[in-house]
Amino acid sequence: MDINVTLKVWRQNGPNDKGDFKEYQINKVSTDSSFLEMMDMLNNQLIENGEDPIAFDHDCREGICGMCSMYINGRPHGPGDGITTCQLHMRSFKDGDTIYIEPWRATAFPIIKDLMVDRTAFDKIMQAGGFVSVNTGSAQDANNIPVRKEDADEAFKAAACIGCGACVAACKNASAMLFTSAKVSQLALLPQGQTEATERALNMVAEMDAQGFGACTNTGACMAECPKEISLEHIARLNREYMAASLTSRD
Amino acid sequence: MALDSKIPKGSIDKKWSQYKSEIKLVNPANKRHINVIVVGTGLAGGAAAASLGEMGYNVKAFCFQDSPRRAHSIAAQGGINAAKNYQNDGDSVYRLFYDTIKGGDYRAREANVHRLAEVSRNIIDQCVAQGVPFAREYGGYLDNRSFGGVQVKRTFYAKGQTGQQLLLGAYSALSRQIAAKTVTMYNRHEMLDVVIVDGKARGIIARNLITGEIERHSAHAVVLATGGYGNVFFLSTNAMGSNVSAAWKAHRKGAYFANPCYTQIHPTCLPRSGDHQSKLTLMSESLRNDGRIWVPKKKEDAEAIQQGKKNANDIPEEDRDFYLERRYPAFGNLVPRDVASRAAKERCDAGYGVNQTGEAVYLDFGYAIKRMGKDAIEAKYGNLFQMYEKIADENPYELPMKIYPAVHYTMGGVWVDYDLMTTVPGLYCAGEANFSDHGANRLGASALMQGLADGYFVLPYTIGNYLADEIRTGTIPTDSPEFDKAEAEVKGTIDKLMNNNGTKPVDYFHKLLGSEMWEKCGMARNAEGLKSAIEEIQKIRKDFWANVKIPGSANAMNPELEKALRVADFLELGELMCRDALMREESCGGHFREEHQTEEGEALRHDDKFAFVGAWEFKGTDSEPTLHKEELVYENVEMKQRSYK
Ligand SMILES: Cc1cc2nc3c(=O)[nH]c(=O)nc-3n(C[C@H](O)[C@H](O)[C@H](O)COP(=O)(O)OP(=O)(O)OC[C@H]3O[C@@H](n4cnc5c(N)ncnc54)[C@H](O)[C@@H]3O)c2cc1C
Ligand code: SF4
Ligand code: FES
Repeated sequence: MDINVTLKVWRQNGPNDKGDFKEYQINKVSTDSSFLEMMDMLNNQLIENGEDPIAFDHDCREGICGMCSMYINGRPHGPGDGITTCQLHMRSFKDGDTIYIEPWRATAFPIIKDLMVDRTAFDKIMQAGGFVSVNTGSAQDANNIPVRKEDADEAFKAAACIGCGACVAACKNASAMLFTSAKVSQLALLPQGQTEATERALNMVAEMDAQGFGACTNTGACMAECPKEISLEHIARLNREYMAASLTSRD
Repeated sequence: MALDSKIPKGSIDKKWSQYKSEIKLVNPANKRHINVIVVGTGLAGGAAAASLGEMGYNVKAFCFQDSPRRAHSIAAQGGINAAKNYQNDGDSVYRLFYDTIKGGDYRAREANVHRLAEVSRNIIDQCVAQGVPFAREYGGYLDNRSFGGVQVKRTFYAKGQTGQQLLLGAYSALSRQIAAKTVTMYNRHEMLDVVIVDGKARGIIARNLITGEIERHSAHAVVLATGGYGNVFFLSTNAMGSNVSAAWKAHRKGAYFANPCYTQIHPTCLPRSGDHQSKLTLMSESLRNDGRIWVPKKKEDAEAIQQGKKNANDIPEEDRDFYLERRYPAFGNLVPRDVASRAAKERCDAGYGVNQTGEAVYLDFGYAIKRMGKDAIEAKYGNLFQMYEKIADENPYELPMKIYPAVHYTMGGVWVDYDLMTTVPGLYCAGEANFSDHGANRLGASALMQGLADGYFVLPYTIGNYLADEIRTGTIPTDSPEFDKAEAEVKGTIDKLMNNNGTKPVDYFHKLLGSEMWEKCGMARNAEGLKSAIEEIQKIRKDFWANVKIPGSANAMNPELEKALRVADFLELGELMCRDALMREESCGGHFREEHQTEEGEALRHDDKFAFVGAWEFKGTDSEPTLHKEELVYENVEMKQRSYK
């Protein structure tokens, strides 16, 4: 089936531009197409009309790279639970709908252009401690340390975070707690991550603050919008790790 | 120039250890003064940059995404092979080596493949130490599954997200080095050329994708780990940004390009649903363990289905053609990827396809549900069924899935020697971008293994052997005439595109190229089709340069310009792929020439004439390239014709 929709898209020509919504009409969109394919269609239409196409981030288009990032009708990644923008299909909309499309909004994610934001603040948090300090070639045999299956599975669930930033966009404080806690939690659950657990929690939280993310007030909006359904339990675990770390930290 | 693969002497199982004990080393104080550029931060590049940084080299790493964590490796699902023999089912380094050579249809280099099998074991150790959460058994030890029809369980996995977890491991190692300032990361940067000074790779020209600025970066050696080129077909399972440009620019500057026609077409992907389609989605190969593949026996049934008048459940049992079970009774639905793909195409070309485009076959779980119950199927494949339903909007518990083959992986790539060095001294190539380990066809779960083997365990050694002679060179200046010239060329190309004043968007040309490639250089090829494709691609290329339209400015974020630069290179690569396919008058692995098949329609290799790597030398955009042959010598396995009957 084909539908016609009206789009109100945030256009902003660089970080210092004021930005504004612009309206576009797009017709004969197949309901089988994905949201991003609809955007491709619109962009090709704009190019043929001599207008500037809309900049947006995307790559894998199957919900795993974490690159796509649109705030659609007031929700990060749009309607539907447990999906990314690229996994949203046009069959979620009706003929004649008006759709609002905005970028992630957070001080720590400055807008590059239109719907594209700069998320290097996430990389910085990782660099502050989101790793195990093991050099290439110095690892022992992988089966030397058994890991309880429950712990391994729980670590896996935390590790499923794709670093998209929807949690930040959903949060009224623009807090990065869900993202940060997922990494701290993954490594805290595994024996390999124990040695550096204290420094990791302290350093990653400090970096999160330094990057300008807000404080967590436990509203739970992050988990509700997270495409990978990362659990709030990780925030609780981070808080525990952090408390323990603050108490035992030697500096 | 004669090709020298630099394979070390000695017996196959001693070559690598012998090599490692004999190579030159760079002392720690000197490493700090040596600069290495790594382009690409997927499994191969991320692992290489992190390891080289740890060793003390001064590394600059580049990727075009907004973060190194987003490289296309993230999308790999099924798993990674390693000869650990944790299941005690008789696996060994030799067996993994043998399976890889055989799976590659005897077109890979023995010494490289053996090394790959050897280091596969270290990869798992390394990843577990990094905190990669592989699947485990209840006892707490690592779990394995069998993958792609091999007889042992050697595949390690993390649900359906193995690539993601491995890449996040490499990314964490890389992040640690970035924090330690041994690696400087350049996100949202695209390499647009390699700079060669006095015959050696000495740097790159890159475009800052945010500002549009053209930058010069120099180094004592350059590593390309820029992934595969499946997107030459427009539609593939690759990420939208995957491209050939870095490899192609290297090719234009003297790096030979090997076996470009070896393409892997994966049999279980979601079919195309219409012209809006931007990419194809892979459904895990594991589905073939329990799903039965069929099309209707009667043409009128197929036609009714194509017109939406009937569906699968309307076709009685006796009117279903389980064509894989029929043709390959021994392997049935589990025949290798290339065989399964061609068989689907054969049925659809004959008019038996089962969707409106006529290009789909059924993958039916009805039988398995009857046999094992819905719960058992849900436990095994629940997330895949969900994914299918999200995209196709049909319930696979009730109606069979529709699948069709899609371009998935490219075995061909930049030619490299045993050291992973290209024909340009100081220029290395790792991961899917090189041609090295999979011959004419790659086994499932072996690409992740190769990427990490190259990045963690091979390149860090072999590059030292070269860099040991560079300790007295000093910093490479970026104001040399060579850098001036390379930058001017890049700027010239960009200006030409920006000022073209055409009328058509880049996608228009990319789609034309894609359909030409798919029709004539896809699952089955013949001389006539390939010759016509070469002519057509030349025409599309001319049309592109005359009529493409790039909006916006070159001095700012401009995704359309990025696409245009990539498609311009695909338009040259596509022609080379067809030339290579035309030259290779045999069928092997992912390359099927219709003129070379057995009476039963199976692939027919000609080992007497084609047991070589075809490495092409660039001679100019509109000139014919020169073919160089690296003869393949098999001392440890016997060449056999594959049979799955
Ligand atoms: C859907 C899917 C599933 C798969 N599943 C499996 C599996 O289960 N098991 C398996 O073994 N293999 C699998 N594969 C194959 C495997 O994922 C890839 O072959 C492998 O990950 C490639 O890794 P790489 O490091 O070589 O390249 P990539 O991960 O593609 O990385 C390329 C890097 O190069 C950068 N780059 C490219 N061009 C430029 C440029 N010009 N300038 C700057 N940077 C550039 C990119 O930014 C990126 O960082 C799968 C592939 C697909 C598509
Ligand atoms: S926690 Fe969820 S929403 Fe936040 S970055 Fe990770 S995947 Fe995205
Ligand atoms: S484009 Fe990769 S998650 Fe959406």
